[in-house]
Amino acid sequence: MLLRHAPDLSEREVTPRDLYVNRRQILAGFGGLMIAGAGNVQAAVKSPFSTQETPTSLKDITSYNNFYEFGTDKSDPARNAGRLTVKPWKVKIDGMVGKPGDYDLDDILKGMTIEERIYRMRCVEGWSMVIPWNGFPLASLLTRVEPLSGAKYVAFETLVRPSEMPGQAGLFKILDWPYVEGLRLDEAMHPLTLLATGLYGENLPNQNGAPLRLVVPWKYGFKGIKSIVRISLTDKEPRTSWNIQAPQEYGFYSNVNPAVDHPRWSQATERRIGDTGGLFAKRRPTLPFNGYADQVAGLYTGMDLRKFY
Amino acid sequence: MAIANLRFQPRLATWPVYLAGLLPALWYVYQIFHGDLGADPVKTLEHAMGEWALRFLILGLAITPLRREFGISLLKYRRAVGLTAFLYVVLHLLVYLLLDQGLDWAAIWADIIKRPYITIGMAGFLLLLPLAGTSFNAAIRWIGGRNWNRLHKLVYPAVLAGAVHYVLLVKSWPLEPLVYLGIVLMLLGWRVWRRA
Repeated sequence: MLLRHAPDLSEREVTPRDLYVNRRQILAGFGGLMIAGAGNVQAAVKSPFSTQETPTSLKDITSYNNFYEFGTDKSDPARNAGRLTVKPWKVKIDGMVGKPGDYDLDDILKGMTIEERIYRMRCVEGWSMVIPWNGFPLASLLTRVEPLSGAKYVAFETLVRPSEMPGQAGLFKILDWPYVEGLRLDEAMHPLTLLATGLYGENLPNQNGAPLRLVVPWKYGFKGIKSIVRISLTDKEPRTSWNIQAPQEYGFYSNVNPAVDHPRWSQATERRIGDTGGLFAKRRPTLPFNGYADQVAGLYTGMDLRKFY
Repeated sequence: MAIANLRFQPRLATWPVYLAGLLPALWYVYQIFHGDLGADPVKTLEHAMGEWALRFLILGLAITPLRREFGISLLKYRRAVGLTAFLYVVLHLLVYLLLDQGLDWAAIWADIIKRPYITIGMAGFLLLLPLAGTSFNAAIRWIGGRNWNRLHKLVYPAVLAGAVHYVLLVKSWPLEPLVYLGIVLMLLGWRVWRRA
């Protein structure tokens, strides 16, 4: 596959993260928290896949989350995710792979190069952020576990632990747990597809899907399944949580597409969180495949994207 | 009947109710300048104004049942509650038109005709217009208490529209909009039950 780099790539925006991390360490040092602070920092190499757009603030990225396992309000995850135990963490990898098993996350991370990938994130609700993720390509992990030749899809599953995830504990089930997601194998193997382990140079905050989450920047945010405990390779299209909940509204593909509206709201524009202009910031036009069309449109050649929404 | 009773009520000042009704709006104005409306301040304002509109509309609907079932008469304050509700409906609409859509009339019109929750919300707003426009004593005299009462029954479909508007815009079935809709259905159901 011919892979072109995004036209807006630049190293310009990448430097501030180092400054940011340094500043944080200095501040942490002042607070007598040098060890804790330093322990959180993830070394990451820069990536040509990063956008040069200004990243959304850490505060906004970590306080405005859809993670229904911790409640339906966007402030709930930041409030409730603190008690989630993310260490130790095991990921079951099964299905059509040569090396199935229950892998400890530490073992998965051994030998992986953690990259910084600054990606746009477009929520299906009509807002967007720019997030400096840390992580490694999903392809690196899949290659390691050796997909069998018949495998066509990858299915993902989030942790179910009502004792630590209050959104799963109520009588009123907002979604059918566990949260499940899926990708076609070629989407999963695409170099843009990331398994994130951190953001802003630090370990992933729990509310953002710690310790391991999927990031597929050309798809709506809900495809980016959080706190992953299981990855299965299969030859059948996996069921996905929002498609189960409302099939006429959320399809399997869920590629960002300004031309295909959500049945209840337009997808033509988006509000960029933290945009300059504050209350009076204008909505921005939403781009096909969230601006990653050059890299991924080829995956869908010949497909009617209105039908496969 | 409700109107005729008005002039026999003890002369209680209504301005404290108007003032109290303004407090949420003032608090949000303060938050705009000094506080924190969160990552998406436009949505925060839009939702807050809509929710306060629903709360005051529900309070207005509760006044008659409170009197009939519990002997608590707040009739004197019904106009203040109703106008306050209308203020929040207008603020909610203004946030949507000005801040959310940036007066992009093409997008707004597309929303109104294509999106049932916007259509229903807008219908609710239109239903409230004649009510707000006749919320002064001279209007009651002009059109007559009987007609005025009949006209103001439009508040029932308007509140229902507001609650349905909320339920239709959320993903999945979170509890809060359903609670509002439940309360509205109870208060409207009470009226049906009384007449039966």
